[in-house]
Amino acid sequence: MIEMQDIWKTYPNGTHALKGVSVKIDRNEFVYLVGPSGAGKSTFMKLIYREEVPTKGQISVNGFNIGKLKPRKIPYVRRNIGVIFQDFRLLPKLTAYENVAFALEVIEAPKKVIKKRTMEVLELVGLKNKANRDPSQLSGGEQQRVAIARAIVNNPSVIIADEPTGNLDPETSWGIMQLLDEINFRGTTIVMATHNKDIVNTMRKRVIAIEHGNIVRDQLRGDYGYDF
Amino acid sequence: MTFNTLLRHLREGAKNVFRNGWMSVASITSIIVSLFILGVFMLLVLNVNSFADAADSQVEISAYLNSDVDQATREKLQNDIGSMAEVSRVTLIPKAEGLKDFKKKMGDEMKDLLEGYDEKTNPIPDTLKIEVVEPTTVPYVASKISALSDQYPNDPIYKVRYGQGTIEKLFKITKAIRNIGFAFVGGLALMAMFLISNTIRVTILARRREIGIMKLVGATNMFIRWPFFVEGALIGFVGSAITVALLFVGYNQLVDSVKADITLAFRLIPVGEIGLQVGGLLLGLGLLIGIWGSTMSIRKFLKV
Repeated sequence: MIEMQDIWKTYPNGTHALKGVSVKIDRNEFVYLVGPSGAGKSTFMKLIYREEVPTKGQISVNGFNIGKLKPRKIPYVRRNIGVIFQDFRLLPKLTAYENVAFALEVIEAPKKVIKKRTMEVLELVGLKNKANRDPSQLSGGEQQRVAIARAIVNNPSVIIADEPTGNLDPETSWGIMQLLDEINFRGTTIVMATHNKDIVNTMRKRVIAIEHGNIVRDQLRGDYGYDF
Repeated sequence: MTFNTLLRHLREGAKNVFRNGWMSVASITSIIVSLFILGVFMLLVLNVNSFADAADSQVEISAYLNSDVDQATREKLQNDIGSMAEVSRVTLIPKAEGLKDFKKKMGDEMKDLLEGYDEKTNPIPDTLKIEVVEPTTVPYVASKISALSDQYPNDPIYKVRYGQGTIEKLFKITKAIRNIGFAFVGGLALMAMFLISNTIRVTILARRREIGIMKLVGATNMFIRWPFFVEGALIGFVGSAITVALLFVGYNQLVDSVKADITLAFRLIPVGEIGLQVGGLLLGLGLLIGIWGSTMSIRKFLKV
């Protein structure tokens, strides 16, 4: 599903973010990406949704050679990848419903489909009755649920989550994790970067640890392995 | 693109125009200023051209004969000039008729002054009016007639006259107006385009986040580009429509007041005859400036 072969990434300012990473993530896996800040986790994920291109090496997602993708094909590949961020990235002027529907409008889905599908995912994330609220009227956890709804509304095969619980209190974080687990259970691959030791140690999944641009550990049902 | 998407783009584009309030006003104003000046120059050139055309057809040569020329010489002269290839017609205006014409031309005020002149004391000589085929050959034909007269015994032609210099001047003026107009308008159009692309750049900066999210959820560049395209076209259209309205209302009034003033020897082309041409060009140019300005500024943002 996601396969990297000897991936190198050097930014124009000379930073070597990744130095020869090779990894394979199968369909339906749930992967934690751990490691200190600046180790290369974000670059790792940006390569998957083609925000960045590798300097060297091959990366394929869903069978597409992402590094060699023609620019005009990028949008179509992204429709199969949902992305979630620490800061939610909702549009402040749109309601919860509109934020989710936006992802479908952009791909020009028919109106009927947009309505049906949007309500479906809002129900899944438990915000059906808050559909018409603005992001400012929602709590952090609720905003992240809207963001998750937006990420999954296109039925992507992969979800990339960059510290999705980073801005949330522990209790809310668990709610989000249960939601992600549920989505994973329904058949979506999840790659999640996190600094949350409790979550990694409690909800055991595959753990990939990155340090200084290299994978230093890749462990099924692993633990967090750091003391911070 | 589905119909719903098209509606969305139009809505978003229109919203952006209002969202950028003053910047949009600035862009529209700059379009109005540049297109208005272009319009004024266009009307000026068109009118000078039509005036020059009218003047052209009136150009003729007058050859005044000496008073002692007899009929035989006169007729021979008339024939010789008439046989020149450049000449289309030669008419004799006998002195009596010349006096009548002159009196008429001077009008009532000078009537008393000319009262004393009659058949015998008539100071006006017999005159040959020569019309040429091609207005530009007038100076040449005039000198040819002078030379012809020199070949006759005792030089029957007293003087050859035509609208010396006026035609050349008119053409020079038209050309100058046109050149100055082009330079001016070119500069102003560039300024307008720059302002529009700046306005849209502001829109884009304000909507960077939104564009980022759109790209993230898989919007194509074309989808992102459309609203900005609409915004530029709208600014261009509104600007040029206002210009055309202002220009025509003002010009119409000028046409009317020129028409009302009978002392003026020329007329202006009415709006009906050139409205479509001038209006169409200004509207088209406005749209072009608007669209170009917007396309220029998004290109950079979509590269990543």
